[in-house]
Amino acid sequence: MAVALIPLAYLAVRTAEAGWDRIAAELWTERVGLLALRSLGLAAVVTTACVLLGVGTAFLVIRTDLPGRRAFAVLAALPLAVPTYIAAFAWVSAMPRLEGFWPAALVLTLCSYPYVLLPVAAALRGADPAQEEVSRSLGRSGWQTFTAVTLRQIRPATAAGALLVALYVLSDFGAVSILRADTFTRAIFVAFDMGFDRTGALVLSSVLVALTVLLLAGETATRRRGARYARLGGTRRPAPRLPLGAARWPVLAALLGVAGLALGVPAVSLGRRLAAGVSRPGALPEVLTAAGNSLTVSLAGAALTMLLALPLGLLAARAPGPLTTVLDRLAYLAHALPGVVIGLSLIFFGINVAYPLYQTRWLLALAYATLFLPLAVGAVAGAAAQSPAGLEEVARSLGRGPWSVLRTVTLPLTLPGIGAGAALVFLTGMKELPATLLLRPTGTDTLATELWTSTAVGAYAAAAPYAALLVAISALPTWLLVARSGLLDKEDRT
Amino acid sequence: MLVTRRTTSVLLAAGLLTFGLAACGSGDEDATDPGKPDDKQITVYSGRNEQLVKPLLEKFTEQTGIAVKPRYATTAQLAAQLIEEGDKSPADVFFAQDAGALGTVAKRGMFSTLPEATTTKVPPTYRAGNGQWVGLSARARVLAYNPDLVPADQLPKSVFDLTGPAWKGKVGVAPTNASFQAFVTAIRVQHGDAKAEEFLAGLKANDPQIRDGNIKIVEDVNSGTVPVGLVNHYYLGEVAKEQGTTPDALKVKLHFFPGGDTGALVNVAGLGVLNRSATDPDVQKFVDFMLGTEAQTYFAEQTFEYPVVAGVHGPAYVPPLADLAVPDVDLNDLDTLDATVTMIKNSGLVP
Repeated sequence: MAVALIPLAYLAVRTAEAGWDRIAAELWTERVGLLALRSLGLAAVVTTACVLLGVGTAFLVIRTDLPGRRAFAVLAALPLAVPTYIAAFAWVSAMPRLEGFWPAALVLTLCSYPYVLLPVAAALRGADPAQEEVSRSLGRSGWQTFTAVTLRQIRPATAAGALLVALYVLSDFGAVSILRADTFTRAIFVAFDMGFDRTGALVLSSVLVALTVLLLAGETATRRRGARYARLGGTRRPAPRLPLGAARWPVLAALLGVAGLALGVPAVSLGRRLAAGVSRPGALPEVLTAAGNSLTVSLAGAALTMLLALPLGLLAARAPGPLTTVLDRLAYLAHALPGVVIGLSLIFFGINVAYPLYQTRWLLALAYATLFLPLAVGAVAGAAAQSPAGLEEVARSLGRGPWSVLRTVTLPLTLPGIGAGAALVFLTGMKELPATLLLRPTGTDTLATELWTSTAVGAYAAAAPYAALLVAISALPTWLLVARSGLLDKEDRT
Repeated sequence: MLVTRRTTSVLLAAGLLTFGLAACGSGDEDATDPGKPDDKQITVYSGRNEQLVKPLLEKFTEQTGIAVKPRYATTAQLAAQLIEEGDKSPADVFFAQDAGALGTVAKRGMFSTLPEATTTKVPPTYRAGNGQWVGLSARARVLAYNPDLVPADQLPKSVFDLTGPAWKGKVGVAPTNASFQAFVTAIRVQHGDAKAEEFLAGLKANDPQIRDGNIKIVEDVNSGTVPVGLVNHYYLGEVAKEQGTTPDALKVKLHFFPGGDTGALVNVAGLGVLNRSATDPDVQKFVDFMLGTEAQTYFAEQTFEYPVVAGVHGPAYVPPLADLAVPDVDLNDLDTLDATVTMIKNSGLVP
């Protein structure tokens, strides 16, 4: 848990150094107020759009007779493999005048709605259709049943996905900087860039932490009120599919449109850049080394994150209570901080506490763990909550020790969650740039840093293969996640 | 089915853990080993782009047998990193993209004073007065323009004309860019704070075309989306390189403001040596190499900048440095960045 606290401690130390006068001068300005409103506004708009798009797509793919629904399931989840800075860059290349709040909201929505889609799809698939049947038999219409029963059944999954999206929007830098939407994250980066104003940047970061606390408190509140989980009995059967009838063509067109915007625009735009430029990436070994480095640091990050997330996730599922809630929420706090702040806080930690680790892959892995812990904790807790605690009690009553139970019962039951969490962390680590730049071992290039290096001097054609490779490698864990959420399952499988 | 999936998951998770942890342990134990003087190895924090300077660093290693461990990031990030690292920094040299960053690190007392034999190779205008850093290459502020949209005879005489109604909505700027900030600092030094504030307010009110970086501005001027833009001269070279052509063949042209106008400021990219490497002969060899004819020619030919050492010719597509009507501003006076940044923030040009 201490991992998530490193950035908070760092912020506290450095902000306190600035002195109250300086903090007050930075804080009580119209500018900070506007930034806060705009950041929250962007988070609200993107989260709403992602919920609509994510729940809608999940419902269409899981519960209707949409033609080619499994292909659509993969297409709909793939944007997860596209980093926002690549998507935003592609959009700006395609439409030079694009800038501001709404374009940023569009790009962020297209890149992050799978965060809602995946858990909701899994929940829809696992939900007990009996409740819906009862609702229908008691005279409610199909739509009433959907809003009153189905949506409530998937509410925890929707809320979890929405929270991730909201935090992601608060911390994202790629889209808002390229599309020039003035949010907190952009202001923090600009403060670093302009005059190397560390204090100003860190004071702003503290405000971002405060906003995140508000957001988390809000989410916790709705979670308590709306909590309603469908407990599955011994048998599980799939819900009947809703025939779409004539509506299926417009629905199909809409889904194709979303996929075109989310994947087609980046693909076409990058292709055009590749064709137009003459710069070329380094020799094949260089590209492969970068890919290898990306793989190892992301895998190391995923492994470390899972190690840290496992106890937290199990605690959240098995021993709910105020303390657990606080611990769980703390893990989310660092998730909303921009990568550059996490990077600096770990430099501080590396220099002052763990110097032997400084500028090694370990510290970078630790940064990924700090940034992406909630992704992993959520997945572990979700899987642990689905497996009945009774099994563990039985094992204990039959004389097994606690470790033995953990090893032979709890862990195997939680493994799908661990796998999903690891895939998500790995995927996100591959795309991470700011913290990677600050913490990587000197001389180590990853796909993301090579991409940055090339685009910074306008060598877009040289950047394109790195971008393509990054998306291609990220597509693999994305596919795993899709398979895990049951989106690919055949009709008769239960 | 369930069993298969679980087995796959087990294997996957186990493999992931082993591989990930093994990857961590592999061979970067000496990552922060600062090394000893004269151990034929130096660590360079480079705020200049890898694509631009990597061949040069490789040439240095080839000639001297001294290995360079380069750490690439933006100049601003590395300045922040160096300050956070303090005395424990593994860096020997900070190779930065602008004088402001070098000044910021120098102010923290982290740079050693360079030997006079080194600094005197460079004209006093392009190095620190106290010898803490030295410029390696110079870059001129220019107005990039599209001759289809703005005929050469209608170009402004002064950068201050750009706040006039004739230029409403027509000027591309990158206010978060360090070179723009140096330029605003130069206005403050040359004409005072009031004039700088007036200029920024005028620019903001004139509906400028704000971009994230200079390359985007040059591309947009070249394509005719934006008529003119305030950039550094060498970005034309970078854009031309990517399009497989020469700067002369591009549609976009350069206008150097005449008569010592602040708009024609010349800034530098340069380096400083960290305190603990003051007497390392490897580091001294590196500094000498960067100021030598070969490296200076490289800057002129490959990064399209102006060399700062006498006797090396500048890039072909721009007038020689000596012919530029450079404003009367001492780069040493550009270290009051804080006030400039506050001013730019207050102007509303940045978030």
